[in-house]
Amino acid sequence: MEVTISTAELLTTDGIPLKQSLRKAERRNKLRAFLLVFPLLLFIFVTFVMPIGDMLLRSVDDSQINSVFPNTFDEYKNWDKGVDELPPEEVYKSLFFELANGDKRQIGKALTRMNYAKSGWKSLIKKTTREIKKIVKKGEEPVSYKDTFIKINKFWGDPTYWYSFNQMVNDRSSIYYWNALDRTFNEDGDVVLQDEKRRMYIKTWLRTFKVSVYVTIFCLILGFPVAHLLANLPLRYSNLLMIFVLLPFWTSLLVRTTAWIVMLQQNGVINGILVWLGVINDDGRIQMVYNEAGTLIAMTQILLPFMILPLYSVMRVIPKSHMRAAQNLGAKPATAFLRVYLPQTIPGISAGGLLVFVLAIGYFITPELVGGKDGKLIGSWIAYHLKTTLNWGLCAALGAILLGIMLIFYWLYNKIVGIDNIKLG
Amino acid sequence: MNDTSQSFVKFEKIDKSYDGEVLVVKNLNLDIAKGEFVTMLGPSGSGKTTTLMMLAGFETPTNGEIFLDTKPISKIPPYEREIGMVFQNYALFPHMTVAENLSFPLEVRKISKPDIKEKVQKALDMVELGNFGTRFPAQLSGGQQQRVALARALVFEPRLVLMDEPLGALDKNLREQMQYEIKHIHDRIGITVVYVTHDQSEALTMSNRIAVFNDGVVQQLSTPDILYEKPENSFVAKFIGENNTLNGVIKEINGSSCIVDLDNNQGTIKALKINVNEVGEKTQLSIRPERVSINDGNNEENSFTGKIEELIYLGDHIRARLDVCGNNEFIVKVPNEGNFSHKEGDTLNLSWNSEDVRALDI
Repeated sequence: MEVTISTAELLTTDGIPLKQSLRKAERRNKLRAFLLVFPLLLFIFVTFVMPIGDMLLRSVDDSQINSVFPNTFDEYKNWDKGVDELPPEEVYKSLFFELANGDKRQIGKALTRMNYAKSGWKSLIKKTTREIKKIVKKGEEPVSYKDTFIKINKFWGDPTYWYSFNQMVNDRSSIYYWNALDRTFNEDGDVVLQDEKRRMYIKTWLRTFKVSVYVTIFCLILGFPVAHLLANLPLRYSNLLMIFVLLPFWTSLLVRTTAWIVMLQQNGVINGILVWLGVINDDGRIQMVYNEAGTLIAMTQILLPFMILPLYSVMRVIPKSHMRAAQNLGAKPATAFLRVYLPQTIPGISAGGLLVFVLAIGYFITPELVGGKDGKLIGSWIAYHLKTTLNWGLCAALGAILLGIMLIFYWLYNKIVGIDNIKLG
Repeated sequence: MNDTSQSFVKFEKIDKSYDGEVLVVKNLNLDIAKGEFVTMLGPSGSGKTTTLMMLAGFETPTNGEIFLDTKPISKIPPYEREIGMVFQNYALFPHMTVAENLSFPLEVRKISKPDIKEKVQKALDMVELGNFGTRFPAQLSGGQQQRVALARALVFEPRLVLMDEPLGALDKNLREQMQYEIKHIHDRIGITVVYVTHDQSEALTMSNRIAVFNDGVVQQLSTPDILYEKPENSFVAKFIGENNTLNGVIKEINGSSCIVDLDNNQGTIKALKINVNEVGEKTQLSIRPERVSINDGNNEENSFTGKIEELIYLGDHIRARLDVCGNNEFIVKVPNEGNFSHKEGDTLNLSWNSEDVRALDI
């Protein structure tokens, strides 16, 4: 006997293939669902995906200068540094015309970029441009462009200036990332440490990590008992306590930060009370603000709710019978807590920890206001370059590194704890 | 069994109040013998769970003392009482596997690894979950979780096992099956069990003795058959099994029996005197539905008529709701012998033995 296995498509009662019929029936629902979320998708794309993409592009973008000196850079690539000490005549010639005819504002922008590669470029070019404009006005055509340049300024005969072009001839550059890590290119295009007095980012990065880790730990230590109380007190008291937790949430960040200045400064409330109690001398007032301690104290207080709330939401659903069961089975209260209660709060601890850490690492306003000189975090540098030096490439690189670090932490977290274990509410 | 020297668990004059205004347990005196299966049965809020929690050590008695094996235990913390407990929602630790859950009580007792392994396996085999050691509680069905909770409460060989409505979360079939399993395990290992439930059929199925709680007081403590057949007050009569009640006033007392005048001149009934003391006292009469017989009306004492209000066909018997002596909730169970031909609205002749009518308090 032969068994035939039917591979024919399933049909509906009307003879239409079942899958096709199902697709048709579901198309409408899918379309409606899509239309409902479309505004949100669009919003996320415009306000989130695009800016981050733009930032990532900007951090490696070096095209502006290439559009200002296209010919010069083309000719520059033909320069065999092993043979000639200085670039060939064509490079000087292209630069001559590009400086003479170029848009003044574009050149200005390009000069800023050139100065990142080697300081001194800006004044050299500005001076040279003035002279070139004079020559062009007179209608003279130089015999040797190279000699003309060197006659204008002797630096044009200094190959180190020309070597720094190397960093700029490509549309893409990693210079901002190296800068963000206190490194730069030397004349040969190798990555080297910055001058000692210009090294500040590594130090700030390390401080940012240190502060973030401490803040996370302090938040956990302070938040855990509060969350436990919130989850276990009778509703009447826990509601009141919850208001105390949330109240700071509804207060302006700026107000809270300045309140800490009032509290912590040398003539502030805490020092005043300590002096009044006789704990410290009047001239021994403790410096608690405008330094790292101030940053730690204020950030811990401000980020505390982000630890308490996820912890609370996890603790609330741990049945009270578990602690009882553990004790009933012979475990002392401490053992019961460590082996039964604590492991069940891990989703909350990790959610709160990740949340606080991620917020702390990119924190700006509070460290800026209470941090003083040695309490500033990386966010302050980003703001500084964004507003003051207008070095957006470096801003973008710092931001991208921050983003990368967070992604690494997220990945590590997923590996160790599992992202499904996170519980935010 | 009530001999103090023999009792394994002894509650002595226990009072319990949470707020200092209301007593949840009033003057509880209860003796449980070794190896006994005692059930505390009662409606919610009757104090049965509180009593159990006092025994487990999670609540302290406001007054009185609990003795376990003749030693007072009020000062002993729960983790030193060596009492196993099955919680209402099992309280299995979700972050531990089944085997880890079972090892936990052994590990905290510092028992050696190989012994733990052996005991855990034995306990799992006992509840027929031998191959489930590596699963997590969430991967088990309700019934399986129940068994794990049971195994965990027994694995460290406690002196006593408490069960707080352990079958409440299961569906009906599983519940009945688990009732037998718990009973069989109890028979096999002979451990003392104190069981709390509000389900009377559960209590009747499993227990050696049942303590019926109401309003913080033990109403009656007896074996299941006595509890059902000889309830000592109207609460027990109503709470255990189905019960027909008729209200009246005592007219005459003759030794162990009495004559009762029914309210609204519905007649007189001869009944057993149980919980009444004097002539003129109000009383509630209790008659089990299956003790009422339908006949031709020739019986001499306790012969009444009832109008059929409703008939419900239940297969093995027909449940008839009658109007008897002014009570239209009077239930009679008619065995389905194939010859019951009455319709709703018909009148039946009823009779019962006066030994089956108990005159109780009201």
